[in-house]
Amino acid sequence: MNAIYFIKDIVLPPLLEGTWVTIKLLVFSIPLGLLLGILIAGGRVYGNKIISFLCASFTVFFRGTPLLVQLFIIYYGLPSIGIYFSPFAAAVVGFVLCSGAYHSEYIRGAIQSIKSGQMMAAQALGMSKFKAIIYIIFPQALRRALPGCSNEIVYLVKYSSLAFMVTCIELTGAGKIIATRYFRYTEVFLVIGTIYLTMVSLVSKFLAIMEKKLKIPGLG
Amino acid sequence: MQEDKAIVLRVEDIYKKYGNVEVLKGVSFEIKRGETKVIIGPSGSGKSTLLRCINQLTIPDKGRIWLENEEVTHTRKNINQFRQKIGMVFQDFNLFDHLNALRNVEIGLIKVKGMGKDNARQKAIEGLKQVGLEEQAYLYPAQLSGGQKQRVSIARTLAMDPSVILFDEPTSALDPELIGEVLEVIKKLALNGMTMTVVTHEMGFARSVANEVIFMENGKIIDQGSPHKLFTNPKHERTRKFLYKITELYGRSAEKK
Repeated sequence: MNAIYFIKDIVLPPLLEGTWVTIKLLVFSIPLGLLLGILIAGGRVYGNKIISFLCASFTVFFRGTPLLVQLFIIYYGLPSIGIYFSPFAAAVVGFVLCSGAYHSEYIRGAIQSIKSGQMMAAQALGMSKFKAIIYIIFPQALRRALPGCSNEIVYLVKYSSLAFMVTCIELTGAGKIIATRYFRYTEVFLVIGTIYLTMVSLVSKFLAIMEKKLKIPGLG
Repeated sequence: MQEDKAIVLRVEDIYKKYGNVEVLKGVSFEIKRGETKVIIGPSGSGKSTLLRCINQLTIPDKGRIWLENEEVTHTRKNINQFRQKIGMVFQDFNLFDHLNALRNVEIGLIKVKGMGKDNARQKAIEGLKQVGLEEQAYLYPAQLSGGQKQRVSIARTLAMDPSVILFDEPTSALDPELIGEVLEVIKKLALNGMTMTVVTHEMGFARSVANEVIFMENGKIIDQGSPHKLFTNPKHERTRKFLYKITELYGRSAEKK
């Protein structure tokens, strides 16, 4: 079989379908993960003892265990206590929890790097603590956390390939099926690698543009 | 006339302890409308803590604060209501680093007072004009000099229409050549009848603007009176020594101002 024909007509169609699934996974996981990270970081820094402890425990658990183990627990373990997820949903939940844990650490560090005078000045104006966090602290902290969070997002693009372990057939999964059927791993995985590289490049470019757009003199 | 003499702020027997260190040991004073009180004293004497107790950024252990006949301490009322009326200007400015000068001034109006965007903007521009910074409206804090930053922070405080402003060493973090422009703004406020308390080491300023000077040491008010009385004829040896030391240090330049 001619290599060009093989790649174009046999390999690419299922891979593009898989890519579409990967993109859908990311479209849900990236923003939700970031949001969870913000909440966990906020809870850790500003929550009372119990909330702070819960948020810290969350981070310890989800940073301290392999993502694959988390996915297995979510997809294969939780049904035993009556919680069922579709493969796609299980993957998204796993990605959100895991990336949320990492984001929260970047964001927590950024929050703690903001000088206490900012909060004091906001409160002196009559802002409640909550308003001060939303309008004064977070806009600064998130800008500072962005480079770290960008890194985590790039990781997420790649570790989305683990979705295939809970039978969510995304890019890597689709490739594995094709490669096994035709026993031609090199071509198939080279194409997959190229697709991931393209996605990572696009995401990185987008994040770099965001970073530049949000840049404020003297901050960051 | 009656209105002019109304007491704006009353501080009653304030105590504050940090661990075993007693920072404030029963401080009381009051400010009438339009008055400027200057608080002086060596560092560590509790001046800044006292100011922060007034707007409850630091909660005093004991004592009461009254703003225009409403109790600020031990109240069920929202402290944020009071803070809007008690302006505060900090030693290191504390401008919001992610907002330009204009937005620094208008954010309180929009997010705290709930003012519409257009009105807030107009008021913020007027405020910046008042401190001579309308040209710098779109610059970020990092692009401003220390003196400009402090003037923006004064505009930010003024925009809230406070009943009283607390200045916490407003010129101590500034390069010497920038102190004048900030003192000039504060002086203008005092002359226009703003009620305020200023913690400062600028004796020239104290002398020319204060209605009363309070000398604090070790968490207590040691001496207080008109600038003339305090500077020429202090009651306590300690006050005299402190003033002597300060004048030695800032001496001639303070005299000139």
